[in-house]
Amino acid sequence: MSILTLIIKREFISKVRNKSFIVMTFLSPLLFVALAAFVGYLSTMRSGVKKILIHDESAFFTDEFKQTDQYHYLNFSDIPLQALKDSVAAEKYEGILFIPKSADNKSLSEDIQYISNESPSASFIEGLQEVIGKKLTTSNLQKAGLDTLAIANAQAKVDINLTKVSGEETVKGLNEIKVIIGGAFGYLIMMFIIIYGNMVMRSVIEEKTNRIIEIIISSVKPFQLMMGKIIGTSLAGVLQFLIWAIVGSILFVIASSFLGMQMSSPTAEMAAASGSDFSATAQLYIREMSNLPVATLLISFLIYFMGGYFLYSSVYAAIGAAVDNETDSQQFLLPIIMPLILGVYIGFFSVLSEPHGTIATVFSMIPFTSPIVMLMRIPFGVPWWQILISVTLLFATFFLVVWFAAKIYRVGILMYGKKPTWKELYKWLKY
Amino acid sequence: MSNILEVHKVVKTYGNYTALNEVSLTVPKGSIYGLLGPNGAGKTSLIRIINQITLPDNGTILLDGEKLQPKHIQSIGYLPEERGLYKSMKVGEQCLYLAQMKGLSKAEAKKQLEYWFDKLDIKGWWNKKIEELSKGMAQKIQFVVTVLHQPKLLIFDEPFSGFDPVNANLIKDEILELRDKGATIIFSTHRMESVEELCDHIALIHKSNKLIEGKLNDVKREYRSNTFEIGILTDNVEGLMYDLTQKFQVNPAHFKSLNNELKLEINLGTATSNELLHVLTQRGQVTHFVEKIPSVNDIFIQSVSQ
Repeated sequence: MSILTLIIKREFISKVRNKSFIVMTFLSPLLFVALAAFVGYLSTMRSGVKKILIHDESAFFTDEFKQTDQYHYLNFSDIPLQALKDSVAAEKYEGILFIPKSADNKSLSEDIQYISNESPSASFIEGLQEVIGKKLTTSNLQKAGLDTLAIANAQAKVDINLTKVSGEETVKGLNEIKVIIGGAFGYLIMMFIIIYGNMVMRSVIEEKTNRIIEIIISSVKPFQLMMGKIIGTSLAGVLQFLIWAIVGSILFVIASSFLGMQMSSPTAEMAAASGSDFSATAQLYIREMSNLPVATLLISFLIYFMGGYFLYSSVYAAIGAAVDNETDSQQFLLPIIMPLILGVYIGFFSVLSEPHGTIATVFSMIPFTSPIVMLMRIPFGVPWWQILISVTLLFATFFLVVWFAAKIYRVGILMYGKKPTWKELYKWLKY
Repeated sequence: MSNILEVHKVVKTYGNYTALNEVSLTVPKGSIYGLLGPNGAGKTSLIRIINQITLPDNGTILLDGEKLQPKHIQSIGYLPEERGLYKSMKVGEQCLYLAQMKGLSKAEAKKQLEYWFDKLDIKGWWNKKIEELSKGMAQKIQFVVTVLHQPKLLIFDEPFSGFDPVNANLIKDEILELRDKGATIIFSTHRMESVEELCDHIALIHKSNKLIEGKLNDVKREYRSNTFEIGILTDNVEGLMYDLTQKFQVNPAHFKSLNNELKLEINLGTATSNELLHVLTQRGQVTHFVEKIPSVNDIFIQSVSQ
């Protein structure tokens, strides 16, 4: 057995045997599903019906407010405002919509008040404003002597149908789905890098604090040790992800068969409501999904995943070698986490609005963000040459960074006692 | 080839700091070679270079006549001063892992381990984790790991630190036995009494330079000052002192004896011991007459404080 495989094996076994690894591997899918179920349960819960009092001195809007599941509107225009205020203060009612008598629509639109204990939600107030606004507009139009019915009929409602050049009909909202798929992969890479990069770092620090490093390093090259650590740890991580995927899908099947009953009824209602139209749209979605470059996506996920992980974890290894304990590592970790987070943000903001815009394109080339940003772009279809440049850059940087990291690692693992500065790290490169 | 290791004009600098300045050493086969020097003298730098942990900036190193190269890792066993083991790994697995890193096959490593575990009476530890062992116990494991692959050259950096006297003795005997079996041992320590006891060759490094190297007895001969410690029973102390101070340099001496005699330390200068004896026998009865041989400790302190 070569020494590298020996190191990989040891790292893998020591990670996998670790109690916290075992607990995390089997507990996190459970936790995740439990959390999802909890959130689902919370969202089905409705807060009680809120009763809104309407004190309409103009008697103009009394019948305009439609009762909803959440809000009941009660007309209390006859009761003095002060009495209503008292009852709201006593928390019997949610709030009062106070519409004063007014000379004209103009001043009325400015004088309406909503009185409550707790500040109302923005969407609720918007709803009120819309109803009142509509009514006032109609009234204004009538006063101006215009035919409101004719205007209503003249309102044009546009719904653009999306079609590809190839003639296929496509669906709106697909972009969101693409971003979610690409984003999920990109996010996965970021999480993996942070979790397992940290593991690599901790394992380097462990060897330093255990003082076994000098024994090891007298039999193997520091570079071999570093690579062995990175690969061994990543294999443990891949195993963990596989277990998560398997356990997760089993739990998902179980959970959905339980929830299936409740889920199916509203869907059926919706389908009935929109009739054949709905199933046609659903089919469109499914067809679009299957048209996504799945193979490209998976292959590039693997490539970017490896490139990104190796790139970052060699930096993590170098940091681990440079410091004596985990607390000292903080100042060096920030520059690692920044580009990762940047990648995710750029992915979600700029790729969504402009998948092939300048920002998205540039950051999908820069090696430290490309694994995340490019993966988010790929579902939108990226020219092969861009992927080629991006991958080439990524791996070129990877080799460069590994070379630097190995230098720092080589010097750092035998340095004890002092927390190094950036300047010293630079000096180590020249040793 | 009678020399296992030849270090030739090795230079190592860290930035502006010179850790080794053209240091040359010759370690004869089958010797126990004491590498001495104060803290920060450059011993560890040199040992790390021999172990190929770091590379020298300049100079050559020959191991058994061949230029030092990666395959020689298997011919060297190194017990560093800063040593430790994987805490959460089991003893047996850990030993196997470290042995395989030195190029042993798994079966061979197991065989060797059984031999050593038996010999050091630590058979029951195979499935224990290192964190369950005491410091001294872990040291034993480290010693086993160092010698397991039967290296030609063994380098021990402070091997006895952390051992109780019983185990230190056990390890000392093992070191001597390994030497008798043909291994060469480089021994870096601050414990001068163990150097005195074990080493036949020494080298002293101070401030990045080698000051002394050679057979222990040769070095001692070189450092002897022609001084004798004498004890004498005499009635006429003043007369004796007069005679002695005429010819020699005389100082009071302290050594343990059964008689209540006059104890002196006498530097002969260019004279011979017979001349001194002649003077002494004329004045009284000689009870003690020993040449003062410099201890390694004396040599160390003398050369370092120069």
